[in-house]
Amino acid sequence: MSNIAEKLYTIRYKVDENSHLIIKDQDVCLHCETKECQFFCPAEVYQWHDEEKMTSVAFENCVECGTCRIGCPHYNIEWVYPKGGYGITYKFG
Amino acid sequence: MATERFDAIIVGGGPAGSAAAYTMAKAGLNVVLIERGEFPGAKNIFGGVLYRKQLEDIIPEFWKEAPLERRVVEQRMWLMGKDSVVTMGHRNEAFKEPANAWTGLRVKFDQWFASKAEQAGSLNIYETVVTDLLREGDRVVGVRTDREEGDLYANVVVVADGVNSLLGKQLGVHHEWQPDQVSLAVKEVIAMPKEKIMDRFNLEGDEGVTTEFIGQLGGMAGLGFMYTNQETISFGVGVMVSDLKRTKIRPYDLIENVKQHPMIRKMLQGGESKEYAAHLIPEGGFHAIPPLSGNGWVICGDAAQLVNFVHREGTNLAMTSGKYAADAIIEAHAKGDFSKDGLAGYDRRVRESFIHKDLKKYQGLHGLLNDIDPKLFDRLPAALNDAAYQMLLIDGLSKAEKQKAAIRGLREAAGGTANLVKLGIKGWRAING
Repeated sequence: MSNIAEKLYTIRYKVDENSHLIIKDQDVCLHCETKECQFFCPAEVYQWHDEEKMTSVAFENCVECGTCRIGCPHYNIEWVYPKGGYGITYKFG
Repeated sequence: MATERFDAIIVGGGPAGSAAAYTMAKAGLNVVLIERGEFPGAKNIFGGVLYRKQLEDIIPEFWKEAPLERRVVEQRMWLMGKDSVVTMGHRNEAFKEPANAWTGLRVKFDQWFASKAEQAGSLNIYETVVTDLLREGDRVVGVRTDREEGDLYANVVVVADGVNSLLGKQLGVHHEWQPDQVSLAVKEVIAMPKEKIMDRFNLEGDEGVTTEFIGQLGGMAGLGFMYTNQETISFGVGVMVSDLKRTKIRPYDLIENVKQHPMIRKMLQGGESKEYAAHLIPEGGFHAIPPLSGNGWVICGDAAQLVNFVHREGTNLAMTSGKYAADAIIEAHAKGDFSKDGLAGYDRRVRESFIHKDLKKYQGLHGLLNDIDPKLFDRLPAALNDAAYQMLLIDGLSKAEKQKAAIRGLREAAGGTANLVKLGIKGWRAING
């Protein structure tokens, strides 16, 4: 068994300082009943924090698949590609 | 960047983009191919099957130089029960010469294909994101990139930016895909000594085997795959995004769960996972295909939802659509007409080809899969496995009793005889309609 941290460790990343994923409105997350981005993202990018009342975005883990953009029930994620040359680089593909 | 004007700009260095760039460059057009990754293929994954026919039409005898893994001589289909499987398949020496398909890995393959375009004269630019389409009136006239002074102009832009196709959305030819129009594939490339792979899958030389499995995959309607490469196995699971949303099963937990199935575990044991990857697959089918061309633009490959998910064909449709787009642009170039009318040769070629015909054939399937209770994908293979087990188990019950029980089990799994018949008819219509 390998966990998600071990899986992501197999991918080479070149991390930009700015996130290419932006939560449009944290208030929408607060009222979101399912907060399902925490489940469907294959790279565990999104996490809801009860105390801070916010969704954190670990964009440095992102594998650029696009699931969150389509899956977010409120289309609350602004999704663009990382800058040219940044983000993931697969070895096998 | 130079402000020179190109005959065509190709956005995306995947199979569709490289096929278009190669075909146009070879015909003497002045083309630029823009890829956002460090190199073509850096961002790309697929299950792992490359078909001969469509690439051969672009580059004859490509197999003599392209980086391919194994020649597919056998296709297996596994219907999974919880701890069991009903297997089907076909192996044939005839698949060797000429080869029907190879397994492959995209990092190597896409680099090779893009380099062929470059050798033919395409100017390939990497590490560059196309952020906008430039327009004059109702015409696309170029692209804006994230490079400084990064505007480029051309008579036509080939949009081959993959399943997410942000440019397709900008064009307005498609809106956002719906969660039931795309599936998420999670994949691992698992290293294993060559001899072990060959022994385990009964292979000699460069023979390879593909295995697809459906059924009880952690409670979801999904399709799994396991393909033999030279020294690795491509293993993964694809599930509709709508199902992920519904079940709240984490994709990385799902792939781990599927690996624990006794059939899978024994095929993979001793292997070491070298890479994890995730990618969307367009599965909207025929009705999700957007308009394919307009004034100064064409759209190809995944960006245009050109995937036959029933037969897991994608890269071949991408290559063919890229080639057809290029052929049409070459004609438009000769006429000097890059309007929608001038580029209509692309739509016509696609319409007259296997792409349109195959996707049309399965047009009802997408709706059917949405109509069916998702639990059926669990229950039917389970009932089938149970029936096989009971029929083969010698326990003193008569064969007639066993047969009756097996039929009852299948009927119950489908939710009654009427449902079973309805499902059969609907399924038949969906693939033959």
